Amino acid sequence: MSERILMKNVTKKYGDFYANNEITFSLQDAEIHAIIGENGAGKTTLMRILYGLEEQTSGSLYVNGKPVRFSSPTEAIKRGIGMVHQHFMLFPHLTVAENIVIGHEPSSAGLFNRKKAVSQVKELAASYKMTIDPTKKVKHCSVGEQQRIEILKVLYQGAETIILDEPTAVLTPHEVKGLMDTLKLLATSGKSIIIITHKLKEVMACANRITVLRNGEVTGSRHVDETSEDELATLMVGRDLKEVPPRAAQNGATHLEVKNVVVGEKGEKPTLHHVSLQVKQGEIVGIAGVSGNGQSELIQAITGLIPIESGDVTMDGESVNELTVYERRQKGISHIPEDRYQWGIAKSASVAENALMGYQYIDAYQSVRGVINRRRFRPLVTKWIEQFAIKTNSLQQQIDQLSGGNIQKLVVARELGHESSFLIAAEPTRGVDIGAMERIHEALIERRNEGASILLVSSELSEIRTLSDRIVVMFEGKIVGELSRDEATEEKISILMAGGTVHA
Amino acid sequence: MELFDLSLLHSTMRMFTPILLAALGGLLCARVGVFNVGLEGLVLIGAFSAIVGNYFTDNLIVAVTVAMLSGMIFSFLLAFMTIQLKANEIVVGIAINFLALGLTTFLLRTIFDVKGAFYDSSMRGLPRVDVPLLSDIPAVGVLFQSQTPLVYVALALPFVLYFFLYKTVAGFRLLSVGYNQAAANSLGIRTNAIKYGALGLSGLLCGLAGAQLSLGQVTMFSEGMTAGRGFVALVATMLGQSHPFGVLGASFLFGLADAISTRLQSISIPTQLTSMLPYILTLLVMFFVRGRGVETNYSNEQSSR
Repeated sequence: MSERILMKNVTKKYGDFYANNEITFSLQDAEIHAIIGENGAGKTTLMRILYGLEEQTSGSLYVNGKPVRFSSPTEAIKRGIGMVHQHFMLFPHLTVAENIVIGHEPSSAGLFNRKKAVSQVKELAASYKMTIDPTKKVKHCSVGEQQRIEILKVLYQGAETIILDEPTAVLTPHEVKGLMDTLKLLATSGKSIIIITHKLKEVMACANRITVLRNGEVTGSRHVDETSEDELATLMVGRDLKEVPPRAAQNGATHLEVKNVVVGEKGEKPTLHHVSLQVKQGEIVGIAGVSGNGQSELIQAITGLIPIESGDVTMDGESVNELTVYERRQKGISHIPEDRYQWGIAKSASVAENALMGYQYIDAYQSVRGVINRRRFRPLVTKWIEQFAIKTNSLQQQIDQLSGGNIQKLVVARELGHESSFLIAAEPTRGVDIGAMERIHEALIERRNEGASILLVSSELSEIRTLSDRIVVMFEGKIVGELSRDEATEEKISILMAGGTVHA
Repeated sequence: MELFDLSLLHSTMRMFTPILLAALGGLLCARVGVFNVGLEGLVLIGAFSAIVGNYFTDNLIVAVTVAMLSGMIFSFLLAFMTIQLKANEIVVGIAINFLALGLTTFLLRTIFDVKGAFYDSSMRGLPRVDVPLLSDIPAVGVLFQSQTPLVYVALALPFVLYFFLYKTVAGFRLLSVGYNQAAANSLGIRTNAIKYGALGLSGLLCGLAGAQLSLGQVTMFSEGMTAGRGFVALVATMLGQSHPFGVLGASFLFGLADAISTRLQSISIPTQLTSMLPYILTLLVMFFVRGRGVETNYSNEQSSR
């Protein structure tokens, strides 16, 4: 095997900050090489340099033994390097085939030959055993399909090396397996693959080699046969992982109840179909399901963000149906929203202002009624920043300059800070690293042990299984199964998530 | 009733031409993700330049070319401000409108030394021509008789644009910019060049619209003679969902309203009332139009570092 890509002593500095420090990384022909590390470890920066989106401060790049320097992705693409971004770069209103061929359209005399595009895409997909309908509009494609489109697009552009940035973050367990198979098939047909991730299990399942980054430096490079999940985790975090704190036995009364709730436009298929659910005090109920099966609507119905057709939501037996979002929060609902950008923060406001949101009504943080006293509030924010190790330059920094993981940590801290009796935690650890995940899990369990009711929505099965006392599975707007902590296996949940049935 | 007859349609054809031309310009802007509020000003610039060109050269081809070029220059100004300087497109559009109104009024006084309106009997307007075969069709043939060439050009343009956008590679890439500029950028498509091109072409079409106004219907220029037609065109762009044929239909609707309002004036309904008709229609249409008329996808979420 020969060396396809070599990055030698690559350093990238932002001011005084080393995003990458003297990193050496190599990629063989037909190899799957995983780069793992926590948020801010420098994985993405390194790949952005390789793909021409950033230029290194020092160090050199070799492709097939020849020194290169990329100043734009176009140059990287010419050298056979393609990238599948974490956030897909697709045109929802165009068809699958159009999305794949764009930029290199088959044409004659300037006319776009769409028929040829469709047949080329069909051929390409078939040669890598990917199922895709080239004439479908991308907006009607599932997330898994969209990712296949991205991979096919890169292949169509003639890439020999494919970089995938957190490819499994958005996929269901079943889709992850499909992706792994596709990647292995690509590798056997001679393509080299770099996969950026922090999910160790997947790394162990598909990679040939693994390079671990921490704080911009390589802390280890291993062949898959000579390492273990535990060793990789230690290399990533720099210490041994903590155990999840013990769960105190709880036997609380029902705190929140959702009764027969229906949500949906009249005449259309309802997005929630007679959903009933209870959460007791001191209990974490986990909702598993492929995203888009009604979980979002359920959260929004409970918090009052969308009206419900019929049914009832009660807290301690009292209906909260007629209450506004604000009144519900007053009653003790707090909410870590699934989409931190849409629901969780105001992007152009500062870190301090975002932290304050929801606290401005509390008398303790007002000097005169109606006038906010920031000085009294500041110690609280400072405490959160310490507790969750949120990386920010100052409280005045605009929040969208923080990385996604750090924004998530702030939202979690803010909502936990209410110490409310009922907490909705939707994808509470989306985009955060292992260290922060530990801290968030710890904090959630702590709230549970103190007697709070928590409704957890997560697409991570391992998270659901680690935290939940009870697991319900949603499929197509209905609750299709309920499993106790002890009887829930990954397999059983997966089957229910896909719409199957489990025989006890 | 004598209100609706073929001559009404004939005047509709004349009225709707400037709206259609400007609306097609708006379509091109919308398709690259720019909401062009400056159509009104661009048309006004075109109308004035056409008269200037006509007066000084006495050559209609030169006059129309001057109109197209000046529309284009001002459109590039808008493009430069929004693309290069990243200024807010609505603010720049409104600025263009006021600039056009002020500039044409000022130049009218300095060049022609008149206030309000300029008219010179020695100036020739655009010629009236018949389309050979179409004008012989019974009944509707009258639509294709004695109209200016610009009317026929305007009628053909939606078909040309349709072909360009949906059949050619260049058109496909233009559409991609409006659908998702970030994605188009990531593919190495030169999105800014495409935006400049689309906006320039849009200015050219607005210039043509202006020429039809000042040389086609009458041969004169008066201050603010566009009288909101650029805004009506903007609504036509939205109502037509930024699709060439949709815009054709929508523009026809507004042209018809314009023609009816003129017709109503002749049957002793106060002009102030009748001239409101196109704008009332515009307001009504706004109830049914949502968004900007183009499906765009601005991904707000940037990838986390």
